Amino acid sequence: MKKLSLIVICSLFIFNQVLAFTYSSDPKIFVTELVNDAISKLSDKNISKEEKKEFIEKIALENVDINALGLYTLGEVRKSTDKDLLLKFQNSFTKYFLKSLTSRLTDYSNNKFEVISADKKSVNYTIVKSKILESENQPEIKIDWRIYTKNPDKPLIRDLIVEGLSLARTQKEEFSSILSSNNNDINILISKLNDFVNN
Amino acid sequence: MNSKKFITLLFSISLLISSELKASDECFEGASRAVFKFNMGFDKAIIKPIANGYNKLPEPVKNGTSNFTSNIATLLSIPNHVLQGNLKGAGDATASFLINSTFGIIGLANPAEKLGLKAQKEDVGQTLGAYGVGAGCYFVLPILGPTTARDTIGMLADSFIDPFAHVTLREKELFGSSGNQFDYLAVKGTTAVDFRADNATNFDSLEKNSIDLYASFKSLYLQNRENKIKNSNEVEAEWGNLDN
Repeated sequence: MKKLSLIVICSLFIFNQVLAFTYSSDPKIFVTELVNDAISKLSDKNISKEEKKEFIEKIALENVDINALGLYTLGEVRKSTDKDLLLKFQNSFTKYFLKSLTSRLTDYSNNKFEVISADKKSVNYTIVKSKILESENQPEIKIDWRIYTKNPDKPLIRDLIVEGLSLARTQKEEFSSILSSNNNDINILISKLNDFVNN
Repeated sequence: MNSKKFITLLFSISLLISSELKASDECFEGASRAVFKFNMGFDKAIIKPIANGYNKLPEPVKNGTSNFTSNIATLLSIPNHVLQGNLKGAGDATASFLINSTFGIIGLANPAEKLGLKAQKEDVGQTLGAYGVGAGCYFVLPILGPTTARDTIGMLADSFIDPFAHVTLREKELFGSSGNQFDYLAVKGTTAVDFRADNATNFDSLEKNSIDLYASFKSLYLQNRENKIKNSNEVEAEWGNLDN
């Protein structure tokens, strides 16, 4: 009986964790729910920095298409790279992405966020337009979310376009610069990503 | 600068544009990276501390300064709207400048925006881009920062068609008013500090999270210029066969 209670409690806990990171399949509602959830957690002064970091990592792993983003940032080089090396890159890229994301978001202060509209570009993509409202410290910021909708039940974020500046493209061009100045040697890029993660 | 030197400079830059170079190509990457490093040092030692101090000023002072420099920049936008054939834009920019300069107390306030007149910033680089002139190659100028061959020509031409530069930099009289080169530099310097202060967090975040800061700045500069020329923030990324 004790064992059964333990299983029930564990199952409830796991179920609760899954529920906490499952958002709507409608891209517009998906972004609204995800951002509202993030705002409430990140602006909560009772939650420690470490807990916030864990939360960001969890929702990123669940809701951002990190694998596709990694491959996109490699550009043409991905076509001539063997599978094992790609896997090594993906692994380093995921760690790099999560560290860079958490460093940007853990000090987040409570800003007001508004989803404006959603524009279905194709079967695969919907652009959700949103804005962070003007506050004392910053002007209004427009953010477009490129949502990958190939699986209509599970939308995934592929890019954020902040005031017209694509973060994915910026990352891709940054990697391209490193690759082109190192004879397209992906190992050097991987080592730079690892250096970033370990510092 | 005498006219011979100016024409030689224009000719040299035109060559950089007319060749097959794309904006992502570098004119002289090694030199640009060295200049970029110098600019970062200059920023750390001079601009950033001033911008941090500026950010501590009361909000009305910062807003007033930002409005004032924006209003002056509108003067450059007016002839560029005309050159692009955008007469509505030119009309809006003129009305915005007149309203802000009078009712907005020499541009310190922005009543024009409340009336729905948002003066879109235009310069000669954007005008050339709107006419289909390619960006040419990319490089970094000391203090002035990232640019392309086209935008450098644009920047030089700006000083000829900008009424504010005419009055200050060239010390000519316009409608009974004139200024001097110090006025020009003061306004441009303040514009730079205002921009730097507005983006303090973004700069810090970029510096902290980039593994090639030079390339990140280059990408952001080129994207921003493309958007300004298109007058749109729509991004068409090529995700290619990742979608299949």
